[in-house]
Amino acid sequence: MDILSNIPPHLFRMIIAVAVVLGFVFANATVMGYLERKLAGRFQRRLGPMEVGWHGILQMPVDGIKLIAKQLIVPDNVAGILFYVAPLIAMSPVALPFLVIPFAPGLQVIDLDVGAIFVLTMISFNTVAVFLAGWSSNNNYAMIGAMRAVAQNIAYEIPILLSVLAIGLMTNTFSMKGIIEAQKSIWFIIVQPAAFIMMFICSIAETNRAPFDLPEAESELTAGFHTEYSGIAFSLFMIAEYTYMFVNCCLVATLFLGGWKGIPLPFGDYSSCIWFFAKVYFLMFVIVWCRWTFPRVRFDQLMNFAWKYLIPFSLVNLLITAILVKLL
Amino acid sequence: MKKYFSDLVTGAKSLVAGFIVTFKALLSPVVTVQYPREKLPVGKGYRGHPILILEDDTGRPKCIACGSCMRLCPSQCITVQGEKKEGDKRKYPTVFQVDFTRCSLCGTCSEVCPVAALEYSDVYGLAGFTREEFQYDLLADLPGLVETGFKPVSAD
Repeated sequence: MDILSNIPPHLFRMIIAVAVVLGFVFANATVMGYLERKLAGRFQRRLGPMEVGWHGILQMPVDGIKLIAKQLIVPDNVAGILFYVAPLIAMSPVALPFLVIPFAPGLQVIDLDVGAIFVLTMISFNTVAVFLAGWSSNNNYAMIGAMRAVAQNIAYEIPILLSVLAIGLMTNTFSMKGIIEAQKSIWFIIVQPAAFIMMFICSIAETNRAPFDLPEAESELTAGFHTEYSGIAFSLFMIAEYTYMFVNCCLVATLFLGGWKGIPLPFGDYSSCIWFFAKVYFLMFVIVWCRWTFPRVRFDQLMNFAWKYLIPFSLVNLLITAILVKLL
Repeated sequence: MKKYFSDLVTGAKSLVAGFIVTFKALLSPVVTVQYPREKLPVGKGYRGHPILILEDDTGRPKCIACGSCMRLCPSQCITVQGEKKEGDKRKYPTVFQVDFTRCSLCGTCSEVCPVAALEYSDVYGLAGFTREEFQYDLLADLPGLVETGFKPVSAD
């Protein structure tokens, strides 16, 4: 016990936080992978995975074991270390947004003044990883996928930032907790429905999910930026994708759906994270629903939609918000 | 400018319509069958391998070993031999073999049979590792028949 009492408690907290976050990242990928396949089946009136375990519930762990056990095939003439680093860059920043996400009033690591901006910054790391992966693979498909990812993410980050800015004008803060506290009386989805819709559409595009999954368009680019990745490198990209999906949905839930706000529960400081998770997973369900509803857009349609519709509309929305905030 | 906004409205409408379509599909029952464990009934017109029909009362084949099927078979895959034993009223087949690797399932054999003793089974999904597995002896138990509990119906 002497040794234990000499270790500062901060260290314990850090270790526990890292373990919990990483565990959650993998658990989220497993659950979402399973739900996605199950929902895909039901949307197409199939059953989805049924063979491994009860209703295929062990399918994803078994897939994970398979992916870990698989050989990492490295093609000739890849760009050396960048090829190996790209999946790590995709995977490593995913833990950072969890620092500022307020799951419940008592379940937040730090409340940064620029929490929302911090989350957006961490999300855009994914673009770097995708571009590195595509560029270092020495593969034309991967290169085209990477180029598309960069163009798409630049286009779709602007409306996200403008929507967040509209919220910032109303709340006078970018702190995640502050934004939730500002929604005490009314959720911002009612005050800012246009910003909510635009932000949500852009979140789908940011995470490269169908119908905006052009960087990995299977029918055109085999697998896009991760064509040359196999085994655990590929699954790191997939885990990162599901985690960014989760983080994006957390951001949308915080900004527009009132975060942890809901019917008050006992031990509300901690147990109200149930509301937060319910909102986040509902948004994730909508994203999966989108994926199995809409066909993939063409690249010109994607760009037209961003530059001709989303950006002007979010600018107008910001302008109206600014005027109303000034007048009221 | 007018087209800009009308495109937006029609686009939004079609997105909502798409959401409704898939949500209805989500709530409607599953249409697929978990094949090896669940099987759909085979349609009446399905042509499996030929089988011999048995007499209801004696349980012996209806076949009179006349050899019409053997002579008319375009792929010459049927071999029939028969004899009239002591105490029997007619000939019964002693050998009835079908080389299923050659059978084209044309149905001539069951059409020409004067006593309607040949019929298609509804056994499907037959697979084997050797050619010999498909030399069917119709007087013995055939693959799949016991498993499916197939009862031939007279073609009327």
